[in-house]
Amino acid sequence: MAAKEKSELNGVLGWVDERFPLLETWKAHMSEYYAPKNFNVWYYFGVLAMVILVIQLVSGIFLTMHYKPDVELAFASVEYIMRDVPGGWFIRYMHATGASAFFIVIYFHMFRGVMYGSYKGKRELIWLVGMVIYLALMAEAFMGYLLPWGQMSFWGAQVIINLFQTIPFVGDGLSLFIRGDFVIGDATLNRLFAFHVAAVPLILVGLVFVHIVALHTVGSNNPDGVEIKKHKDEKGIPLDGIPFHPYYTVHDIPAIAVFLMLFFSVLFFVPEMGGYFLEFANFEPANPLKTPEHIAPVWYFTPFYTVLRAVTLSPFMGTLAMFGAIACLFALPFLDKNPIKSWRYRTTAHMLNLAIFAAVFIILGYLGVKSVSPEYKEMGVRMTEIYFMFFAVIAIHSKTNAGRYLAGFIVLAVAILLIDVIRYNGEDPITAAQIKWQWVWPIGYLALTLLVPYFVKSWNTEGTVPERVTS
Amino acid sequence: MKTNRLRRWIFPLLVPVMIVFALSQVSGVGHGVATQDANIDVHDKASLQNGAKYYMNYCMGCHSLKFSRYNRMAEDMGLNEDSGFTADEVKALLVENMIFTTDEDGKPEKVGALMKNAYSTKAASEAFGTAVPDLSLVGRSRNPDWIYSYLKGFYTDPSRPMGVNNTIFKDVGMPNVLWELQGTQELDTSHDASEADAHGGHDTGPKLIITKAGTKSEAEFDTIARDITNFLAYVSEPAQLSRYTIGIFVLLFLLVLWGFSYLLSREYWKDIH
Repeated sequence: MAAKEKSELNGVLGWVDERFPLLETWKAHMSEYYAPKNFNVWYYFGVLAMVILVIQLVSGIFLTMHYKPDVELAFASVEYIMRDVPGGWFIRYMHATGASAFFIVIYFHMFRGVMYGSYKGKRELIWLVGMVIYLALMAEAFMGYLLPWGQMSFWGAQVIINLFQTIPFVGDGLSLFIRGDFVIGDATLNRLFAFHVAAVPLILVGLVFVHIVALHTVGSNNPDGVEIKKHKDEKGIPLDGIPFHPYYTVHDIPAIAVFLMLFFSVLFFVPEMGGYFLEFANFEPANPLKTPEHIAPVWYFTPFYTVLRAVTLSPFMGTLAMFGAIACLFALPFLDKNPIKSWRYRTTAHMLNLAIFAAVFIILGYLGVKSVSPEYKEMGVRMTEIYFMFFAVIAIHSKTNAGRYLAGFIVLAVAILLIDVIRYNGEDPITAAQIKWQWVWPIGYLALTLLVPYFVKSWNTEGTVPERVTS
Repeated sequence: MKTNRLRRWIFPLLVPVMIVFALSQVSGVGHGVATQDANIDVHDKASLQNGAKYYMNYCMGCHSLKFSRYNRMAEDMGLNEDSGFTADEVKALLVENMIFTTDEDGKPEKVGALMKNAYSTKAASEAFGTAVPDLSLVGRSRNPDWIYSYLKGFYTDPSRPMGVNNTIFKDVGMPNVLWELQGTQELDTSHDASEADAHGGHDTGPKLIITKAGTKSEAEFDTIARDITNFLAYVSEPAQLSRYTIGIFVLLFLLVLWGFSYLLSREYWKDIH
């Protein structure tokens, strides 16, 4: 980044460019950043996440102008925004709908990464930074949810902060340190407000910057998982690459319009989204003396909430399982060592593994918003088992050696049955009856992803990755 | 190549199939009590005005609407310049019909004031054993069908302190403040709900019968309950009166934006093969 004597640009831009790498940055990240030409719809979710980040930052700033972080005033100040601040309801609904939209988009964005192996080929760091962004986003969402000071704000925070209390030895001190008080009160609300509006957004923006710089250094993956930098023309431009600007910038605008249509349909016509985006119980002010009948976190946390509820060995083990479920995602680039990136050219068994994982994640989420029945409870346990086994199976699928599949099947199936033997209690006939039939889910999962491909060769055959991108 | 293209579609489509299949194998906890359809329309200004009138006369003494303001309520219900009312006329109407509290100077509360009442939490707790909730948001924390069914759900129960119980909110502390209009209801024990279940019938909740008529007929009372419900639904979110209309224009704008940006994108992408 040496300083230039004379910039190609004229006027003010030229003046700046001689003192700042303006043109260089523009070229490196926009007009001469070569992205593969075969991006499909899954590749919109990155830019959509950026759009939502901006929506959240801007709407958040306006909310902060009217919101009061005080247990006596918080709830009323939100209603003041909803009723008396001109356009306040619109700003508030933007922020609330934006929170849910953020997670929808991020979940698609993450699944895209898994499908096309976007964490491979020196892209591990992009994935790791992305996972930290996801963690920061969860922290941001959790802390923001306390601010309206409704019943679910209060009791949801109660549940989450009590998780830290389950940690042996340091738990009590740690949860006290987090709350700043013996109960969730003004101190808690104020510190979470500070984190929500200043600390975490700063971290988020910084991490997004790093995420993109890392991406632009290695270059984007694509649905074929082909490295476009392998084939360059005489000027050193990838043959399958096109400048990000103008091609992808104009390409993204209609996609953003479609996204905003969906976003504003929710915002204007169903802002509560049936109680999933804005929970009904949160329209009652927080009351520390009245526990709600049914505490459900907002939908984007519910898959992990089900994992928490599924592990009943001890509260601490439940907490460990819940955080472990998130931690496993960090490890994906190091578990999936198969050199083929895109699932298009991987085995049928691998594709099925990913499809089942997506389904299981959604089922876990569904169970998390429901009250516990014996059948739901057991299904939560079984889906949790599949959730964790997914990471083992994706590691086994790194090589198509059939012997690995059989060994993996035996080890994992024995582990499942062992857990069942420990859990089984004849004196609790309702749970016992559920254990007796719902074992079919994890064992069926293992059979489909490991046993069938062991016997059926066509389920364990990899395709050939093309040299250049297709279509 | 062809089978590979097929695979790209099969697997994403498998996801919803697997979810529906797995969840259809298990059942959760049953639903809450059956409610009646309130069938409200927040754009029906006559209904809102009637509901507000009944609310102010029968409910407001205990249940404040502390996030709402008198003049905003009047404006939204059609008492505005568009309907030919001057500001002074609206003020006179409000003071005459709706504002029953006074400010610190002993004068009727200002029209721009929040709709509070004089009933303290302490007094309420002593009288009813519990704090009386503010109802500004009951239309959202509960829902209109619940409110409507609740208002119609009181029946005589001598074991309760107020002499009444409620089919929707069991052992509620509130008396049936609308008894004068509705009359007295008794629980119909001649055929209970479990019997209906045994016959495979749809459980519609306990049946109530009016044993002593009130000043209003059953149909008239239903309208009153519906209007109060409508009013509470409106108060819970005044923005709902305008957000649908704004939403349609926003979507139309985005549709146009999508059209032009799509054409622009297609024009650029003509170069890419």
